[in-house]
Amino acid sequence: MNVIRLESSEDTPKIILDAANNLFEISGRSIPEDSAAFYKPILEWIDSYATKPNAKTNFVFNLEYFNTSSSKLILDILTKLEALHQRNHDMLITWCYREDDEDMQDAGEEYSELVQIPFELRVIS
Amino acid sequence: MKYIYELHKIMLSKKLILVYEGEFTQENTKVVLSMAENNMEKIGEENNIKRKVFNVMVECLQNICKHADEYKKVVTEEVEDHPAIFMIGKGDDGYVVASGNAMLSDKVEALKDKLHHINSLDKEGLKIFYKEIITKGSMNERGGAGLGLIDMARKSGQKLEFDFEKIDTKYSFFSLQTKISNIPQTTQN
Repeated sequence: MNVIRLESSEDTPKIILDAANNLFEISGRSIPEDSAAFYKPILEWIDSYATKPNAKTNFVFNLEYFNTSSSKLILDILTKLEALHQRNHDMLITWCYREDDEDMQDAGEEYSELVQIPFELRVIS
Repeated sequence: MKYIYELHKIMLSKKLILVYEGEFTQENTKVVLSMAENNMEKIGEENNIKRKVFNVMVECLQNICKHADEYKKVVTEEVEDHPAIFMIGKGDDGYVVASGNAMLSDKVEALKDKLHHINSLDKEGLKIFYKEIITKGSMNERGGAGLGLIDMARKSGQKLEFDFEKIDTKYSFFSLQTKISNIPQTTQN
């Protein structure tokens, strides 16, 4: 599987999608105007990964901000991961948030209510 | 020459710290966001407030990018110019994020209904509405998810204040104001 490794920019997050090293992470800020265009290759990568996944997958979200355009795409990512989990795949979503960031904590809780996947809400300093 | 002083006095009286008037693209909104962010860093603003203000700004600016565009196309065909305006104010009790842009008058009623609906909802109601739109709604052709106004209401914890003024027979000016309080909110229903 190819690796997606994108450095963060002013308005897009850092992405690591590396099946060989078991690393699946989206971190930083996601505020692109056209999030559909940005996240398209990520969604396609997940589709491809789902045909031959690792024994288990821990997908990590560690976001500082995300705009509403991204929020829809994040749900799309989680929905694809949910489909894989529903085929008995061992999946865990880790949603990180800073201790004083109630909004990010709430967002994680809401996503965990919208999809049927084990969710871990993790406080980071 | 007096207009310079007049504008300066208005900005001071409304406690405006940043005003941008002109064309709104992803590129220049990044500049505005960066300026506002640096400003809040310099004055040592509390993290939670910084984040809320930033989130509201992003949604407000990106709304203009997405929706003012539509009117620009129609407008330039008629050789008119309707740029938009964005501003941030800072008072003792918090921030105000405000914007204004031209829009087609026949879209006003639908927008008014949406804003009234959002304002009628409490915290729980907004959460339900947000979840409804994010799961059932689809992206429009400009990359919008239809969630911007709801998110602004949620993050600020306040009602969205708005106004419509007729510009001419075809266009109206839509003004939107969101307040972000820096006074710790007690748990609201």
